[in-house]
Amino acid sequence: MTDAQAGQPGARDPGVPEPDAHELHVSIVSADQEVWSGIARQIIARTTVGEIGILAGHEPILAILAAGEVRVTTPSGEVVTAHADDGFLSVDHDRVTVVARTAALV
Amino acid sequence: MGAQLRVYRQRIKAAQTTKKITRAMELISASRIAKAQARVAASGPYSRAVTRAVSAVATYSNVDHVLTTEPEKVTRAAVVLFTSDRGLAGAFSTNIIRESGELVAKLQGEGKEVIYYTVGRKAAAYFTFRRRAAEKIWTGDTERPEFVRAQEIGSTLVEKFVQPESEGGVNEIHIVYNRFVNSVTQIPEVIRLLPLEVIEGDEAAADGQAFPSYEFEPDVGSVLNALLPVYIESRIFNAMLQSAAAEHAARQTAMHSASDNADKLIKDYTRLANNARQSEITQQISEIVGGADALSSAG
Repeated sequence: MTDAQAGQPGARDPGVPEPDAHELHVSIVSADQEVWSGIARQIIARTTVGEIGILAGHEPILAILAAGEVRVTTPSGEVVTAHADDGFLSVDHDRVTVVARTAALV
Repeated sequence: MGAQLRVYRQRIKAAQTTKKITRAMELISASRIAKAQARVAASGPYSRAVTRAVSAVATYSNVDHVLTTEPEKVTRAAVVLFTSDRGLAGAFSTNIIRESGELVAKLQGEGKEVIYYTVGRKAAAYFTFRRRAAEKIWTGDTERPEFVRAQEIGSTLVEKFVQPESEGGVNEIHIVYNRFVNSVTQIPEVIRLLPLEVIEGDEAAADGQAFPSYEFEPDVGSVLNALLPVYIESRIFNAMLQSAAAEHAARQTAMHSASDNADKLIKDYTRLANNARQSEITQQISEIVGGADALSSAG
């Protein structure tokens, strides 16, 4: 909260490598911890109006999440699945944040 | 043993017993600070993500929504106090009550009616003693706050915020809590939660990185409606966690100086007791000598 730099959209932590053009930087956070974070090729989540798939270069979006699974495909092709409920999803500059009151890896 | 000496020995014993207790409390608090601090750090990503999203919406969109617009006239404000359940933590709760007093005086000077919400038994006791009415009081878990409690407080506040003014709704929400800086410094913070004070927006423009033009799904209104309670909850949860960490730190400092004071008392009383013992002996000797003299001169 005090970290103004991290509060800016598009601002990146200095320690995190800049994702290249085909990658997304994903973090899934719940109220009390960061559930998963890393580089991904694709992320699929369920919003209140249906499923949304996000690839690199997606336009900035803020969407309300419906209860359901969030599937993250890492560059190696591995799929990470998390259950997220009650939150939202934001995308800007290839940085995807899934914010949910309750979230856990499946 | 003389009466004076016995009194001193009793005091020494009492100070020693107190010191055992305060030393134990100091150690317990010290061990809990690290854990409480880790919880503050763990909740960081969530509150940062929420703040970022809220400031993005507030800066980018020009939608008319309670979250983003400043009301023309504020008639009622809610003040939330975060104190501790237990005492023996120095000026921890007193600081909060004093800070809130200043805030309330300022708000009332602006012609606003103030309603209170309090967290922690110390604030509850203060309010009951002064027969001051609090809208709602939460107690029992200031040392280890859970997210459900933050959700409960958040929904109560949001409900009050969206309620029309004529039915007792509020236009402003302020929180007063102790922020954990390090284990010797805890700063009482007064923050206006609603209406939003967006700071990040100005900074983003300054470093040349413009805010992206967001798409909203399903629409701006719904996103804002969903964000409002999430934002409030995350701020309240953060305040509760900070306050818990600060409480342990304040207690550690308070108990450390209490133990030091007990040490000093023990030392002082030991000196006095030695003195008393010595003068008792001196007196006895002079009595014996005096008695022997009297006997020899009589014989």
